[in-house]
Amino acid sequence: MLSLSLFRHGVHPPDHKTLTAALAVRRMPFPSRVVLPLSQHAGKPARCIVKAGDHVERGDKIAEADGYVSVPIHASAGGTVADVGLWPHPNGGYQPAIQIDVDPYSAQASRQRLIPEWDTLEGPALVAAVKDAGVVGLGGAAFPTHVKLVPPEGRTIETLVINGCECEPYLTTDHRTMVDFPERVHLGIRIMMQCLGVKKALVGIEENKPDAVERMKETAPSDLDVEIAALRVRYPQGAEKMLIKSLLDREVPSGGLPADVGVLVQNVASVATIAEVFETGLPLIERIVTITGNGIRKPANLIVPVGTLIGDLIEACGGMTDDAAEIVLGGPMMGAAIANLDAPVTKGTTGVVVLTKSEVRPRDTLPCIRCGHCLDSCPVFLNPQLLGSLAKSGEVQAMTENHLWDCMLCGCCSYVCPSNIPLSQMFTAAKADARRLEAGA
Amino acid sequence: MTDPRLLVTASPHLKGPASTKTIMWHVVLSILPIWGTAIWWYGPSAFLVVVAATAGCLLPERLFGRRGALSDGSCVITGLLLGLTLPPGIALWMAFLGGFFSIAIGKLVFGGLGQNPFNPALLGRAFLQASFPVALTTWPKPGGDWWSLRGDNFALPLMSTNPADTVTEATPLGLMKFEQKGTEVSDLVLGLTGGSVGEAAAIVILVCGGYLALRNFLNWRIPASIFLTVALFSGLLHLLEPERYADPLFMLFSGGLMLGAIYMATDMVTSPVTNRGCWIFGAGIGFLTVVIRTWGGLPEGVMYSILLMNALVPFINRSTQPRVFGARRKAKGAA
Repeated sequence: MLSLSLFRHGVHPPDHKTLTAALAVRRMPFPSRVVLPLSQHAGKPARCIVKAGDHVERGDKIAEADGYVSVPIHASAGGTVADVGLWPHPNGGYQPAIQIDVDPYSAQASRQRLIPEWDTLEGPALVAAVKDAGVVGLGGAAFPTHVKLVPPEGRTIETLVINGCECEPYLTTDHRTMVDFPERVHLGIRIMMQCLGVKKALVGIEENKPDAVERMKETAPSDLDVEIAALRVRYPQGAEKMLIKSLLDREVPSGGLPADVGVLVQNVASVATIAEVFETGLPLIERIVTITGNGIRKPANLIVPVGTLIGDLIEACGGMTDDAAEIVLGGPMMGAAIANLDAPVTKGTTGVVVLTKSEVRPRDTLPCIRCGHCLDSCPVFLNPQLLGSLAKSGEVQAMTENHLWDCMLCGCCSYVCPSNIPLSQMFTAAKADARRLEAGA
Repeated sequence: MTDPRLLVTASPHLKGPASTKTIMWHVVLSILPIWGTAIWWYGPSAFLVVVAATAGCLLPERLFGRRGALSDGSCVITGLLLGLTLPPGIALWMAFLGGFFSIAIGKLVFGGLGQNPFNPALLGRAFLQASFPVALTTWPKPGGDWWSLRGDNFALPLMSTNPADTVTEATPLGLMKFEQKGTEVSDLVLGLTGGSVGEAAAIVILVCGGYLALRNFLNWRIPASIFLTVALFSGLLHLLEPERYADPLFMLFSGGLMLGAIYMATDMVTSPVTNRGCWIFGAGIGFLTVVIRTWGGLPEGVMYSILLMNALVPFINRSTQPRVFGARRKAKGAA
């Protein structure tokens, strides 16, 4: 039953969504080159099956899934493989990637169906088709969808929760997906419900997107139990645990999965993609990206071939303004900044936010004054004040004892800290240290 | 291609509106009306004492503190608050010395802003109380000629002062304790009684504190808890033996309770970080205040109550850690 209790704590950053909220999704022209990293999903990187000089068509498989938690990668444009080697990755480093020189004279037309019709498939075959289409979650983490479609042993999923919160400021990809392609979202929900055998689906949408709520309600199929819920706005409602708390008033156990409370959460864009691959017969080779921020001349919501270089994408949006100072991939609360414009759009790129000089977070900090605002903002009830002081003295062990692993790096504590202490940055580093310690032990 | 214009910083890339400087300077602003009221009652003396205490605070912070530490405003707060806890007739050099002690010993030796375990203003006052007990308990009567000094403000160190110049009177709490005489609550609310500079007009302190609480610049749970505890505890005593124990309203509005509960106990650095901890902290202060006022050797107990509870803050913090989302509740419910 719907409770709409709203999770506790959290913050209310200004949402900046008006820049792109009213802009319908349109297709961007094909760039002259696409670069597809072998690692653009959570899990093991894919294994390359092409070599330099090979000709590929749009939709061809160019890298094979390597193991269970892995997905294949497909050419997002027809052309010639220029090289397979290290290339700037959105995570900041260099990683193996397949570079394709896009054929300038190709129509890039859709070819015959590569993925079978969904209603001809059942159970494991349907899940296998989802994997074969390279489908991952498009909300940012890029977790392979086929893994989620098989609930962990001993757990049954009763409720499918569709995440349409898009609580990150600036981003409007999920918003526009629901407004421009609501039927596709509903078809995706139908496919997922059939896969999982669940009878009940809930779509949670924050009420700052009334048009999305409206469109989703209008197009809801009558033969399925799908409920559309408008939720009060609060960051980070799009976090699985918070959304489940808001919608169903259930707490996912610390260290556990939504499946532990009988729920599976999937983001709207990911659900729409499941439907899209079966509709078009093409694998996941393009996605919707919001290019926005005051540092970009023409903000837009674009359908972008995966592998498009961020630089080309920015050019397609009129380029950056003179006072542009920082490019963030994803939303500004959890997204990572990049300086290398050669990094490509991956399956997990939700948006490109260009901030201007005056909008960049100031760097000067003051000592902690123990105001406790971070405790009042933490959606998982940690004590960031204590964790921060432990981080400062390098006590990683003590941090893990104080629930460091429950931290989801949502950034609320850093956002509210009056002394501007980079708490979530310290926790990210501490998590890496803790992992290293555990590996060494 | 890396664009040299581009910065790479860690997420989150947005910053909320609150800043430590904003909080501190708002507290400073909110103290000004209280100071103004004190000047209204006690004339130039109230002005001078607070200025001297503040100057005493600024000097060590400037000499030994972090670079630019003066701009965060925290040391101005200490100075203003210390000044408000002193009798208007006190010698200015004493006020200055108290301020110097507050910041140098009460704050800087611990590492400056955010590191001190005790409220520096109260530590400075405790130091003065121990050093100059007579000067700290000589209370001029409010009113009279506005321009006259309420004591020998300009006395020099090591010289004997001349307290006979001014009309003094016992504070309401002193009257209660030593002479079993009550005072009208309306006089307390409006500040028509003898006392420290900032004990004038409880109503002004309440309004200023209310503003800070609304802006979330102080944790309202601490004063709420103090007031509740004082009212309940002294109310219970009063019910048992009305002749011997003061009534709760008198307890709430007399002495330094208002200033202490709203401005001293809520010092973010020296109060608990957890909300549950703040309730406990406030209850402790309220309880100790009534105990000291009722059975202690001193008429007033707010200062020592707060300092004592300050010492317990690390313990309170540790025992009121929040229950992590999704963690199982402990069987005894004490998680």
